[in-house]
Formats: sequence, structure tokens, C-alpha cells
Amino acid sequence: MNIHTTRRQWPAEGLIRVPYWVYSDRDLYDAEQERIFRGDTWTFLCLDAELPTPCSFRASNLGEMPVVVTRDANGAIHAFENRCAHRGSLLCLKERGEAREIVCVYHNWTYDLTGTLTGIAFRRGIAGKGGMPSDCKPEEHAPRQLRIKSFAGLVFGTLGHNTPPLEQYLGPDHVRHIRRVLRAPVRLIGGYSQIIPSNWKLYIENVKDSYHASLLHMFFTTFRLNRLSQKGGLMVSEAGGNHISYSMAQDIAGREYEQAGLRSANEGYALEVPDMLLKSVDEFGDGIGLQILTVFPGFVLQQIRNCLAVRRVVPRGLDKTELVWTCFGFTTDDDTLAELRLRQANLIGPAGFISMEDGAAAGFVQRGVAGANNEVSLVEMGGSGTASEESRVSEAAVRGFWKNYRHHMGL
Amino acid sequence: MYIEHVARIADLNARYADTIDADQLEAWPDFFLDDGRYRITTAENVAQGLPLSMIFATSRAMLRDRVTALREANVYEGQRYRHVLGTPLIAAVEAGGVRARTGFIVARVMRTGETMLFATGCYEDRVVLDGPDGARFAEKVVVLDSRQIDTLLAIPL
Repeated sequence: MNIHTTRRQWPAEGLIRVPYWVYSDRDLYDAEQERIFRGDTWTFLCLDAELPTPCSFRASNLGEMPVVVTRDANGAIHAFENRCAHRGSLLCLKERGEAREIVCVYHNWTYDLTGTLTGIAFRRGIAGKGGMPSDCKPEEHAPRQLRIKSFAGLVFGTLGHNTPPLEQYLGPDHVRHIRRVLRAPVRLIGGYSQIIPSNWKLYIENVKDSYHASLLHMFFTTFRLNRLSQKGGLMVSEAGGNHISYSMAQDIAGREYEQAGLRSANEGYALEVPDMLLKSVDEFGDGIGLQILTVFPGFVLQQIRNCLAVRRVVPRGLDKTELVWTCFGFTTDDDTLAELRLRQANLIGPAGFISMEDGAAAGFVQRGVAGANNEVSLVEMGGSGTASEESRVSEAAVRGFWKNYRHHMGL
Repeated sequence: MYIEHVARIADLNARYADTIDADQLEAWPDFFLDDGRYRITTAENVAQGLPLSMIFATSRAMLRDRVTALREANVYEGQRYRHVLGTPLIAAVEAGGVRARTGFIVARVMRTGETMLFATGCYEDRVVLDGPDGARFAEKVVVLDSRQIDTLLAIPL
């Protein structure tokens, strides 16, 4: 696929400028599907716990491409394109379930749980009439099988031939900080999805933007869940596409926000029963109250106090993105901790006190730049680099995303 | 007796929905008992036996906190709802209240003029009909038919 590089030139300033056409160019969108999502990247598909038994399956996505993730009778995990070799119909029509084999409803072609075609209805016809010629090789059109790697209870998949080994792709900081959260066998709590009215990249930029978190989300700031003055840090992987933003739960009671007169530090605002929402325990024993971790292109692992979730960013068109949330605890949780997770879940999701704004903010940009394809956004907080740093008054992780993006896209 | 239950719960839900649609959110918690429970979940979570909610409150004070947050803290574009409710189906009459299920659809009207079908689902209610303050919800579980929410869910359902 050819991107019109003569028409589309990245601004000469580099990573500190992002041209607005990246959110509305159809050719670019199609090229992303091929070069990023179906290219040499690892996409998070589901939690290991979403395949609880042998012969279970879960529908997922590799970018726009529908995928089925399965656990076979021996417990091994596989993933393959959710497309019949015959006429391209979806094979799996349920979100999750159990099955010994996958049968296409259209013409009853059959696949085993690795995605290998095992049966074609009336292949030799009936009574010597009809059927498929013997030189037809439908196996050559079989659904594409992904390479799978499970890490700390997270199942990743790739179609790329040159995708680096997963732990290398994640980088040492991410390996450590993923293991930190996924400290025990996962128990699912539930999920939902949120339709974001924007290009997928605007949502991912929002997650990587540690500068906005306590400015847009007043709930965070007022209750000192996360202020930029709280001790914490920002880590960006070598390639740029993976980031971790974290902060310590203990507040230093600074007054920088109030002194700056920021909207999000309205001191008159108080909750009647904040403990019913915010009471938490330091279950990880390291004082980190908040950790947001992303893996390029579209994976988010979230720890907000005891509220743990994974989010899958699924592109659904140029200006539409589905954000699939799955919340979890651990099989070792006692009733008290299980209850805290459910209460703190009020903070997240489409109705979350601290996350409801994110979907809308990405949409505000999508609508705001509708006539500005020749304009650029400014990504210069914290300088021009993509290195890890202590300050979260920085857009280093956003620049890191674009560094990795441009690498994959050849832009 | 049955028809009286239907009529009284239909009336309670009609006033409840009208209060939300009229943007009188400050009056919304008063439809609940002091220790009333309110949550929003999806049919998918219910079918899987999973306890997660989008909103989870276990007291009227928590509902007041949500209204305070919506008025003072959270940022969202101007929008209104229009609820259309079905007839309550009385599931059981118990010591702790009458259990009823009421289907609803909610249209969302944005400040830009865009109107969309925002949510469908049912209220799984437990109603105390003859408390000191009249009929109140001891529990209201909003079970959404779909797992998808467009953009955000700010105003309660």
C-alpha cells in the first residue's frame, strides 16, 4: 500500500508537532491496519482468564481484523482470523463460549481450535455429482493464524514475521511493571465497552498524556488521587511506543494547583462519603497508588488504587474507536478487597468519575480539527525528547508514540 | 392488589424518569431509601454472574455525591435524556419490598441537536411502597441490554 508521501509530509520540527491529517486520512488509516496492527507489533487479545477451560474461545481483534482466541483440549492457546476460507463469513458468532470445533454457519465448513480447516461439506458432492474439483485447494485460503505469546496472564498475538520476542518488545520496565500488577491468578469481575467518537490514535494519545490527567479530571485533583506535584514518574520505552506513568498514593499536600487558580482545584468541592468510593489498601506494598501502562499500539493496563483493568483499543473506522474494558481482581482476594474493587470501579469506565471525560476529549479534538488538515498540534511540554523522566508535566510519552508510529509507517 | 402495585410502581418510575429528564438531578437521590442501592450494569455481566457496575452506590449519600460531581467536577458536553418506560412487571411481593421489572429506552439529545438512541434495558427494582416518605426504591439495578456506551454516561439512567 502506498502512502502519498509527496502529499503527506511530517512537519520538519519532528515529534514536537503532529499534523492533524493523521486523524482523518483514509489511506493512512488503511495503511495502519496493514503496517501496524497486522504488522510487526504485539496486540493484546484477552486475559488468560477469559479462556477459563479447555475448549473455550473468546472473540477479539487485531486492529479491525476479527480474531478468535481459543484454548484447545490440551490447554494451549491459539488465535486465528475470524473468517471462513470459503466465502469470508465470520466463523465465530459469539463473544465467548465453549466449543470442540468451530463451524461456519454459512456452508458448514469446519475448523479445529487451532484454526485449521478440517472439513468441507459435500466436498466430493453427492452421489458423484457436484462438489469441489480435486485440484481446488481451499486450505491455501484458510484464516490466518496468529503467533501467540502469553505473559503474566495477558495473551498477545501478532501476524508480523519480524515482530521481536514479546519480552523484548515490552522492554524491561514494562516486564517489571506488568508483573507488579498481575501478582496472582486473575479473577474476572466484568466488563463493558465504550465507543470513542474519534480516531484510535487520539484516545491512545490521551492515555499517554500524563500532563492532562489532573487538569481535565477534577475528581483526581480535588481528592489528591493524582496531582502532578505528587511523587511519581514517567517511563518511555526505547522504541517510544510503550509508556508507564505512575504516582505514589501519599500526597505531599502541595498548593500549586490552588495557587495557579486552576479550575480543577476547586476547594469548595467536597464529597459526603468519599470513603465509600476511595477507601483503598496498598495491596502491592510499594506505595504506588496509580499506574497507567500502555503497549504499542493499543493496550492499556490500569491500576488506580485497587481498581484494576485492561483496556483494548479497537479501531472501528476513521473517527470511531471501541474501547473494551475488562476489570479484574485475583483469586486470592478476600471479600473486603473484592468489595473495594467494585466500589472503586465508580472511578473508571464510561461513567467513571475520573475517566468519563477521556472519551469526550478525544472526540472534541476530532471535531475541532475537521477543517485543519494543514495545521499541527503542539507536543512540546517537557521539551522535545522521549526519555523517561520524573516530571509528569511532560508529553514525552505522546512524542514516544509518534516516534514508534512513524517508524512503523515509514512517515 | 396486583394492579395497585403496577400502578404505584409505574407512577414512581414515571416521576423518577421525569426528574432526570427535567434535569432536576438534586431531587434524584430522594427516590431512594437512605440505605438504598443503585447500580448500572450490563446484561452480559449479569449473564456471566460478574458483579461489575458502571455506577455502584449503596446509599443516598453516594447518589448525592454523584450529583455533586456531575455539577461541580466532571466535564461533559451539554445533553439531556428522554426516558420512555414500559409497564412494570411485578416479579414478587416480599417482606423487603415489591420486586418489579420495567423496560426502558432512553434517547440522548446533545447540545448540538443530535438525538440518538442511547440506551435500552430494564430496571430491576425493589420498592418499599409504604415507608414514612411514601414509595421509595430500596434497590434499583439498571441492566443495560448492550455492553456499549457511546462516549460517556454522565447523567444517571
